Amino acid sequence: MNPETRAKYEVVIGLEVHAQMLTKTKAYSNDINEFGSQPNTNVSVITLGHPGTLPVMNKKTIENAIKLGLAVNANIAEDQYFARKNYFYPDLPKGYQITQDKTPICTGGEVLIKTADLQDKKIGLTRIHMEEDAGKSIHDVDVYDTLVDLNRAGVPLLEIVSEPDMRSSQEAYNYLLEIRKLVRYLEICDGNMEEGSLRCDANISVRLVGAREFGTKVEVKNMNSIRNVQRAIEFEINRQIEALENAETLSQETRSFDALKGITISMRSKEAANDYRYFPEPDLPPIKVTPAQIEAIKAEMPALPKDLLIKYTQKIGLSEYDANNIIETKEIALYFEDLIQHTSNYKMAANWIMGEIKSYLNQYGKEINEFPLKPIQIAKIIALIDEGLISNTIATQKIFPALLNAPESDPLQLAESLNVIQDKNEDALIGYIQKVIELNPNEVARYRAGEKQLIGFFMGQLMKVSQGKADPKASNALLRNELEK
Amino acid sequence: MSSLSRDEVAKLAGLARIEMTESELVELSSQFGMILDAVARVQEMDLSGVKATSHPQPLENIARPDVVLPSLSPEDALSGAPAQEESRFRVPQILGEAE
Repeated sequence: MNPETRAKYEVVIGLEVHAQMLTKTKAYSNDINEFGSQPNTNVSVITLGHPGTLPVMNKKTIENAIKLGLAVNANIAEDQYFARKNYFYPDLPKGYQITQDKTPICTGGEVLIKTADLQDKKIGLTRIHMEEDAGKSIHDVDVYDTLVDLNRAGVPLLEIVSEPDMRSSQEAYNYLLEIRKLVRYLEICDGNMEEGSLRCDANISVRLVGAREFGTKVEVKNMNSIRNVQRAIEFEINRQIEALENAETLSQETRSFDALKGITISMRSKEAANDYRYFPEPDLPPIKVTPAQIEAIKAEMPALPKDLLIKYTQKIGLSEYDANNIIETKEIALYFEDLIQHTSNYKMAANWIMGEIKSYLNQYGKEINEFPLKPIQIAKIIALIDEGLISNTIATQKIFPALLNAPESDPLQLAESLNVIQDKNEDALIGYIQKVIELNPNEVARYRAGEKQLIGFFMGQLMKVSQGKADPKASNALLRNELEK
Repeated sequence: MSSLSRDEVAKLAGLARIEMTESELVELSSQFGMILDAVARVQEMDLSGVKATSHPQPLENIARPDVVLPSLSPEDALSGAPAQEESRFRVPQILGEAE
């Protein structure tokens, strides 16, 4: 699309995220909540919706919802009840979904994201409520019929509804990254979009820049990765703008994303889909959340990414880039937290995480919790560098690999046994320097004739001759002295 | 007296998957009307200061710990199903879902 046409329009995006909770059991029954089990093995008469069975609320789901609410500064409702959302579908055994309609557990709150040009932006949240997942329908095994597995039916969900505050696919992408990071830090959802434990529907519309009214909204479903959400939104933006430019009328509809073709396709609307006849669920008594309960959950909250960002940038002086890099994964952040208990060279600690440690993890396809070295070992290496006993190069090229082979050994002893402790002894250093001078008579002559920039070359030679053991600080003045002679 | 139109009753019957004859639809439209009238009397009262009630019983926070209990075997789970295949419930395809 030509950029001028594109620039005439503003994009408005709101996202609805469904997060499957990491509980042991389902929302209203004691069936195990587990992905990948054999079909119809995680079902009881409650999950099947047999007559005469009664759901019983899982305490953990309420705690999880409150945790998320606290993390995004939402209001947590004191009194709530559940509602029945009635519709007929083979993957919904009861004929209704138990959800929260008029009394969501959380309202308001916000998530801080970066815009495409790296500015901070708050994305408002409309609501977060608890509900249950449906079963899984398989359409491609049997030619004529649909096969239904009810293992997923009744798995607890948090539905997180944003305000229509996003203005680009990049903002939507960044918002989802933040939501995923948050639920992972809180350990309430594993955030796996490919397996469907985190799902996203996008409401997308466009309007002329400066218009007050929203344009016609289209809901897009079936995007199974954060990248695909971005792709689907980009496609929709172009489709909608082109339609409007051609004076076509957009219809409010639900569309499905086809990841292979990279397009969205109109879905046949479910019959009478919008007449859900919500009413209070008579089988579940109301939920009352007390301030004491909220306080108790608050006390157990782990450090959140936003808190760590403030700590790392404002208290220990990391750059925002470094801080975000460390915070990206909770386990890495925890490793770093442990590491900075043992060293106050925070910048070097961050460099070790982002450099050597991450390269090792990438190379071997491991997670940080499989990394063989305890944080204190890395802190000891850093101390050796800080004390001038070994150079950074020796640390990364000699000590680190040796330690990986013997994770429990003492870095100092390793350095000694590898004979890589830097020499500060003046006699030894002068010995090395004289050797360098002997080996490079031409360069020495040029240096003495005024090419002072050759000092770098001599320093390199000195490291070579000393096998990296010459302490650069101690050598510098000595080297100049000897060369001037 | 208010009443529900015959078409409104037909729509509700459709949503609830209940088959009804023409005479039942007509009969129910006036009966539903009476029910709505009875409920509407509540609106005549001054209810300011009365908290909305979702349940008649004075119960709240009935919840259970997050503990796994054994589920049914797939054979038992599927024993009431009219049709099954590969340990799954087999149901007629809903139009437009196949692709």
